[in-house]
Amino acid sequence: MTALQQRPSTGSGNERAGSGGEGSKRRLVVIGNGMAGARAVEEILARGGAEMFDITMFGDEPYGNYNRIMLSHVLSGEESHDDIYLNTLEWYADNDITLHAGVRVDRIDRYAHLVVTDDGRTEPYDELIIATGSRSFMPPMEGLRGPSTGSGDGGGGLLPGVFAFRTIDDTRAMIEHATHDDHHRAVVIGGGLLGLEAARGLQHYGLDVTVVHSPAHLMNAQLGPEGGEILRQSMEALGIHVICGNRSTAVWGPDKVRGLRLKDGAELECDLVVVAAGIRPNTEVAMLSGLTVERAIVVDDHMRVLDEDDIYAVGECVQHRGEVYGLVAPLWEQAVVLADQITGHDPTAAYLGSRTATKLKVAGVDVASMGLTSPEKETDEHIVFSEPKRGVFKSIVIRDDKIVGATLLGDSSKVAFLQQAFDRGLALPEQRVELMFDLGGPSEEVGVAELADDAQVCNCNGVSKKAIVDCVTGGCKTVSGVMDKTRAGKGCGTCKGLVAQLVEHAAGGAVEEDPAASYYVPGIGMGKAPLMEIIRERRLMTPSAVFAALAPDGAEDAKSKMGLASLLKMMWGEDYVEEKDARFINDRVNANIQRDGTFSVVPQMRGGVTTADQLRRIADVADKYSVPMVKLTGGQRIDLLGIKKEDLPGVWADLDMPSGYAYGKSFRTVKTCVGQEFCRFGTGDSTKLGVEIETRMQGMESPAKMKLAVSGCPRNCAESLCKDVGIVAIEGGRWEIYVGGAAGAHIRKGDLLCTVDTADEAKTITGRFLQYYRESANWLERTYAWVPRVGVEHIRAVVVEDSEGIAERLDAAVQLHADTHVDPWTQGKDPMTPGQFRTALPLEVLPHVPADRATELLGGAW
Amino acid sequence: MSAAVQDGAEVGARVEHRLGPVEQIPYGEARAFDVAGQQVAVFRIRDGRVRALSAVCTHRGGPIADGQTDLKVVLCPLHLNAFDLDTGCSTTGAPPLQHYDVRLDGAEIVLTL
Repeated sequence: MTALQQRPSTGSGNERAGSGGEGSKRRLVVIGNGMAGARAVEEILARGGAEMFDITMFGDEPYGNYNRIMLSHVLSGEESHDDIYLNTLEWYADNDITLHAGVRVDRIDRYAHLVVTDDGRTEPYDELIIATGSRSFMPPMEGLRGPSTGSGDGGGGLLPGVFAFRTIDDTRAMIEHATHDDHHRAVVIGGGLLGLEAARGLQHYGLDVTVVHSPAHLMNAQLGPEGGEILRQSMEALGIHVICGNRSTAVWGPDKVRGLRLKDGAELECDLVVVAAGIRPNTEVAMLSGLTVERAIVVDDHMRVLDEDDIYAVGECVQHRGEVYGLVAPLWEQAVVLADQITGHDPTAAYLGSRTATKLKVAGVDVASMGLTSPEKETDEHIVFSEPKRGVFKSIVIRDDKIVGATLLGDSSKVAFLQQAFDRGLALPEQRVELMFDLGGPSEEVGVAELADDAQVCNCNGVSKKAIVDCVTGGCKTVSGVMDKTRAGKGCGTCKGLVAQLVEHAAGGAVEEDPAASYYVPGIGMGKAPLMEIIRERRLMTPSAVFAALAPDGAEDAKSKMGLASLLKMMWGEDYVEEKDARFINDRVNANIQRDGTFSVVPQMRGGVTTADQLRRIADVADKYSVPMVKLTGGQRIDLLGIKKEDLPGVWADLDMPSGYAYGKSFRTVKTCVGQEFCRFGTGDSTKLGVEIETRMQGMESPAKMKLAVSGCPRNCAESLCKDVGIVAIEGGRWEIYVGGAAGAHIRKGDLLCTVDTADEAKTITGRFLQYYRESANWLERTYAWVPRVGVEHIRAVVVEDSEGIAERLDAAVQLHADTHVDPWTQGKDPMTPGQFRTALPLEVLPHVPADRATELLGGAW
Repeated sequence: MSAAVQDGAEVGARVEHRLGPVEQIPYGEARAFDVAGQQVAVFRIRDGRVRALSAVCTHRGGPIADGQTDLKVVLCPLHLNAFDLDTGCSTTGAPPLQHYDVRLDGAEIVLTL
């Protein structure tokens, strides 16, 4: 059975699976039927788990699996019990899962590989998942428990009228008690999210509610003191009394709760008490069974408990790298890794911890919180806006130009962008205030909910908000899926962030992660680094060899060919075996295809420097081939537009100039200013350095195009600050090197990588940086995305300080490229494939662009 | 370049056209032919099959014969719309391309119109 062979050998577990159990399936036992346990099982089933495992689940509660987060909606009457089930009992039956609802597991016998339940039964396992979750924390309080019932868990034996707020049963009992005619006052202990939700919910039953919170301000886990104070005012405005910085020490009855005493001696009469003072992980089973438990059950990056290959744990009961999470998002991420591991679907899957961000409505007030609530270092920027009257508070903490924390209260219209920026370390607007407010017309940051249905989201392909929302409603819940179906974001890519926000909005948080998002090319299920490793190991030299070895069913994929060809060329250099069909048409004919199927021809002009002789030849070509348009490019070259494919070899021969690579995912140009030889301000010979860099790097294939510039002084006439690599001469003969800049569909000022003493060093660092980019960046990922993604500090460490000891190898790769580069326009003399330059639109009279376009534009008589 | 059109045996109202040796098309690529006034892109798929579709993209008139292929689809080079090689139907929402019956007679391409 293949499932076993895919798994790393784990000794006894596998042998047992082979010999015992029914049929050839392994026995998977899950302790816990809450959100974590059920989600883990769902993820396992999604990876073919039904074929591999006989699944048995144990749940404390006598129900299917429900959404605990929605209990506050049940309390407030917005939802009924039935609405919050995630998996009904039928789901278990449909998936052949044996569910023991209402049965508790007491301990695990790790040696015999079985679990022992509270009713004395045993259940053997080959693989075990612990998902015991957590329970309400009951702070010590005099009179909390009735005198006769000292034992039992958090739910049992409480003084009547005192409730935890954790389960359906808690919620039902609370509602029943709250609706009693004689009950008028309620106290909620705990002013966190759950406590405030309980308070608001209880108000619906006509109760007068007071919240007692022992820290100094409400929601102290998510909010700083100012935010907490504004939230308090908002709660008071809703009629909820709030007491902070005080603790309840006793409740009294005797028959049912009648009142509550605070630490300062104050007494509150009340008929109902809800304890929402935090949660504690349920670790008893793990502890009794000898597993490592600290604050919670300790797991590694594969979600396995320590020293046990067959036992996993997931959810609120686990401690991962010192963190215990009480939110749902980390739990989902953990469940994915667990499922990848246990099924062998992706043995490289690892959980590396979650950045927690919460976005919720607390008692009707929008609260969003992520990362830090206040600055920690002196250099941290802290932007605060406070408008207590409207209950609005916004705080953003920025470190090294990245958001490390944000709090939004009362107005979460900017939360989508902030969360993205926080998660992904996106570049921030120079005007920080734009992070908090929309200034001016509709932009990417407009809250997606407010966008009109017919608002055009993708300006390249003309896709409206409605088209995207309809696609999501139609069942497509991944960002990449929606992009494929609607073509939104498939043009310049500027709107991808907005599309992602819209999908999230339309899916109501149920966005599915597309695993293919991490693939290097869509047709092969792995990221760039592992793909390169296998290619190297198996010496795969051609795209077709890679497909045959690594693609599902060995099937080639048209969309993946170009990326593979580029990668293989980068890896194997001269040894790469060219397969022309793997190349995009531009790379097959070394020219850039135009809208009518003609091509543009841009001869090389290194550093933007040309000669009278070159210009004469270009003019002659323009005449001879009736070139409809001659135009200067942004990269300081001359573009001949509207060339027929069959004329390309002739044009190249007549030009007798090398290719300028204006068509490839490759090194393009080095723009330069005239520099110190001519300019009265120049401090460095920028043209010389630019020409030398272009000579060395010309034609270099890369994940996306590379546009460079060298400026001879900080006036920066060659616009070095917005190039993939931009070099600036500064006084004293030194050179600054900026990387990751852009001024196209995206605007980004490059990061200063380093300052070097000589032009030679600038050349070396430029080459080394670009080679590292070639090896590390994702397909089509420009440096303006790659640099902020991996971090300029990391790049500096590798490229400048050689922290990984690869500088020599990177330099050698660049040198090899320079030594072996061949101008592709020489192919015109000797086509590589039959009909390489044969027209693809045989009946069309090309070009379609008007002849004498220049005369038309310029009006002729000037 | 316009392929010489030869009249073949009539099959019903349809006429066979011999477009010359398949070697003129590299594996995984296509070449365009003018067949009785129609522009046809003939594909030589990497597994050896040949397929034929209209050479002009229904979206914005792109040259389909310059597209990239796999065993199932061709991608138009202008805006990467995908078309099924067997049926001409677009998997990216563009109107379908006309598809033509094409076969190999030995090493010769035979297209029926």
